[in-house]
Amino acid sequence: MRLLGFLFLIVSALLIPGFILRIKSIAAGRKGPGIWQPYRDIAILFAKGQVFSNTSGLIFQIAPAINLSCIIAAAMLLPFGRYGSLISFDGDFVYFLYILALGRFFSIISALDTGSSFEGMGASREALFSMLAEPAFFILFAALAIVTGHTSFSGIFSEYTISGDHNILIMTLIGVFVLFQSSLVETCRVPVDDPKTHLELTMIHEVMILDNSGFDKALIHISTYLKQAIYGLLIYNLITPFKLNLVFQIIIFVLVQALYAITAGLIESFRARNKMNRNPKFILTISAVAWIAFVIILILKK
Amino acid sequence: MQAESILIFIVITLSVLIFFAHQRFKQLITLALLAVIAVITTIWSITVFNDGFNTPVIRHISLSGSGGLILTIDKLSAFFILVINLTCINGLLFAGGYLKHYYTRKKGLNISIHFFAYLFLYISMLLVVMVREGLAFLIAWEIMAIASFLLVIFDAEERQILKTGISYLVQMHIGMFFLLIAFLIVEKDTGMLGFDALKYYFKEGHHLAVFILFLAGFGIKAGLIPFHTWLPEAHPAAPSHVSGVMSGVMIKMGIYGILRVVFQMQNDLFAAGLITLAISLLSGLFGVMMAILQHDIKKLLAYHSIENIGIIGMGVGIGMLGVSYNNQSMIFLGFGGGILHILNHSLFKSLLFFSSGNVYQASQTRNIELLGGLMKRMPYTSVFFLVGSLAICGLPPLNGFISEYLIYSGMFSNLSGLDFKGSVIVVMAIAGLALIGGLAIFCFTKAFGITFLGEARTKQAEEASERDREMLIPQLIPVIFIAAIGIAPSLFVKPVMDLIAGNLSLTGSGPIVTPENGSLANISLISGFFVVILTAILIFRHLHLRNVPVKKEPTWGCGYGVYNPRMQYTSTSFAYNYNHLAKPVTGTKKDINEIGEEEIFPSERSFATHTGDPVKESIIDKPVEWSWFVLKKLAVMQTGKIQHYILYAFIFMLAALLLTYLKII
Repeated sequence: MRLLGFLFLIVSALLIPGFILRIKSIAAGRKGPGIWQPYRDIAILFAKGQVFSNTSGLIFQIAPAINLSCIIAAAMLLPFGRYGSLISFDGDFVYFLYILALGRFFSIISALDTGSSFEGMGASREALFSMLAEPAFFILFAALAIVTGHTSFSGIFSEYTISGDHNILIMTLIGVFVLFQSSLVETCRVPVDDPKTHLELTMIHEVMILDNSGFDKALIHISTYLKQAIYGLLIYNLITPFKLNLVFQIIIFVLVQALYAITAGLIESFRARNKMNRNPKFILTISAVAWIAFVIILILKK
Repeated sequence: MQAESILIFIVITLSVLIFFAHQRFKQLITLALLAVIAVITTIWSITVFNDGFNTPVIRHISLSGSGGLILTIDKLSAFFILVINLTCINGLLFAGGYLKHYYTRKKGLNISIHFFAYLFLYISMLLVVMVREGLAFLIAWEIMAIASFLLVIFDAEERQILKTGISYLVQMHIGMFFLLIAFLIVEKDTGMLGFDALKYYFKEGHHLAVFILFLAGFGIKAGLIPFHTWLPEAHPAAPSHVSGVMSGVMIKMGIYGILRVVFQMQNDLFAAGLITLAISLLSGLFGVMMAILQHDIKKLLAYHSIENIGIIGMGVGIGMLGVSYNNQSMIFLGFGGGILHILNHSLFKSLLFFSSGNVYQASQTRNIELLGGLMKRMPYTSVFFLVGSLAICGLPPLNGFISEYLIYSGMFSNLSGLDFKGSVIVVMAIAGLALIGGLAIFCFTKAFGITFLGEARTKQAEEASERDREMLIPQLIPVIFIAAIGIAPSLFVKPVMDLIAGNLSLTGSGPIVTPENGSLANISLISGFFVVILTAILIFRHLHLRNVPVKKEPTWGCGYGVYNPRMQYTSTSFAYNYNHLAKPVTGTKKDINEIGEEEIFPSERSFATHTGDPVKESIIDKPVEWSWFVLKKLAVMQTGKIQHYILYAFIFMLAALLLTYLKII
């Protein structure tokens, strides 16, 4: 049963990107590609050959693989409701964040490995924005640790909804907000970054992978899909009552992931990307909101 | 015991041989002498660690058999001895290759003094951690300062380096002054000079002021802000192996002193812990924020030492708060994380200094803006530097993660049990540590990316190549330890936990809960999974690439074909966005004269940015300027005429007489 979370994660990673694409095309009134389009893209990338830059070396070759394995390792730590995670220990969310950071480290230096100034620019932005986003998650989980008295994903999520404290409603709202906003930063979506923009100067993540092709590009796409699903799963864990039986859990899970995709898709359709120098403000706001959650908990609990 | 004493005396006497040997053998002789002491002390330490209790081993070093120098080795000393031994032997191995290029350029005496000072730096550090008696301790502390001073000024032909060395020596003595006062205050109350007196001194009453004196004195050595100003100057000035040893172990002597004091404290631990935590957090943040803006690779690493000392201090601070809350998991995880980070930092920092030494020798520059593309020409060095970078950023599955994880766990473990004040402090520390982690990643992606990746920016970088194979071995040893601690942390954490239990005499109060045991096994497990997944993907990729066409082409330039390495992102441009945000702290200044409206054909312009150290400017440069100002005014008195001076003497005597007559003095 411990595999459950991991399996559902993979399944939702398979579906969300296509779903977001559909939402966007419906919102824009286009016919749009089908829900399976991302998979056709990946299949095409797998079939294609690879082109490497003369400048690039070992780092460029291994970085996409490292990034993907980091994300898979991080996914293993996530529980699915009361069906615990594959591996769980005290403070596992520290490992979770740091292994994601390892993947990011490699994607940043892989961008620098090409020697392109575009990719250097993307790398610099990615490093800065992800650094600013880091504290939000920690503060949120510190607040959750105070509420539940646990310090692992499984522990926190299992105690959280049965603590019988009605104040957790506020906490949940803020938590969902923080996780959702962080996911926009981490998965490079509007308003922080625009995955579909066409000018290199305005990109963050896309400009880092200008030189990747074929198999490696496919790995990078898969990593992004998985990351989205991971955040969906986290949000699901935060709002799902612990004692529900499996059928309801699955229904809620599907609803949460669908809602996540719809919201992301709608934001993408109706909102413009931030000006680049407004991004730090946007990202620091997430930490500020997390801090508010913490203060509320402190006032209520102590 | 007698045999050991004689052996140590022989080693110290034989050290004179360094001066008489041929250039090529100086390093070997030093190595042989150092190895003898290392073997003896390692055996001592291992005996202490194997002992279940914290019974200190006491050795008398004297020729007569009784009295003499008393060495006391408990688990804390033993831990430091092992760290010192490992790093110093490594450093000396590296020195063999590194200094080879200086043999023709330098006089024999220079090289001799260098190795001699190295040996005595090593011996004095060992003494510092083994000697408990105050006077002997301060003497060892002084030898350490002087020996390291001699090592720093190896290139003293350069005036700047000599100046740096002297400023280092002065600052060390200010630290010494603080320590002396602190020890004397303790002596006044207890009649004993030294660490043993602290136990009695701290037993009753409130002694926060004395703790702060100790913190300042040891903090100067450790490089906690605002006492860090010597660090970013001295490390780049010294040869790489010296920087490695100084940053790897010598600054930890400050932490050793702080720990010795903290372990004896009984009261005021909350306030003291809070002070330690706050200073450490600021050091961590400030260190890494400044590091990002450095272009000199060794200066960058020096600022990272300040950051890492900050992380160690945060662990210690959390442990102290744990003692005041009487919470075992905070105590063990906080102190444990801090102490383990001492070992970890000594490993990856010496590794990083060594590999940046390789880069310096190959390219004759430490400015990363002039480098680039070194990974193709120096594959081993770059892999070593990469491993060091990942470890120092605290990324799994390497060792830096383990100690940072312990500190995080210490902070999270008792969060729900703390009171209001405590939780706010701890959560600020958590957010700070998270930010430090993110900034460190920013810094090292920059340092590694700009130095080793992309295209060579200058001819020097183009012509760089891997020099000595023998310099690679001392870099391989830390890499092995870094990986071992990362993959199998339980082996290393257990002794550290024993150490804390022994020193805080917690053994008596029921079974010790070391909460991390299960977690560490799980960390090994998931890191193992990670490695397996990675290998699988890479193998699959390898097989896949054999079946599809693979081409090599120029980097995509947005349609622009005339590519030039100077178009690459530089260290400055990488940090540009960050610098924009961090300006209030780092105080970067721009030098540009703007183009006026009346200038239709603008003339030649130059642009430069400067990043000083704002703390140094405000606590050293400014006061020095003021005192110059005042002293210059006073110099009116210095007329050079003997009549005037006699007049001064007469006025002085008159004043003295008058004051005595009025019974004021």
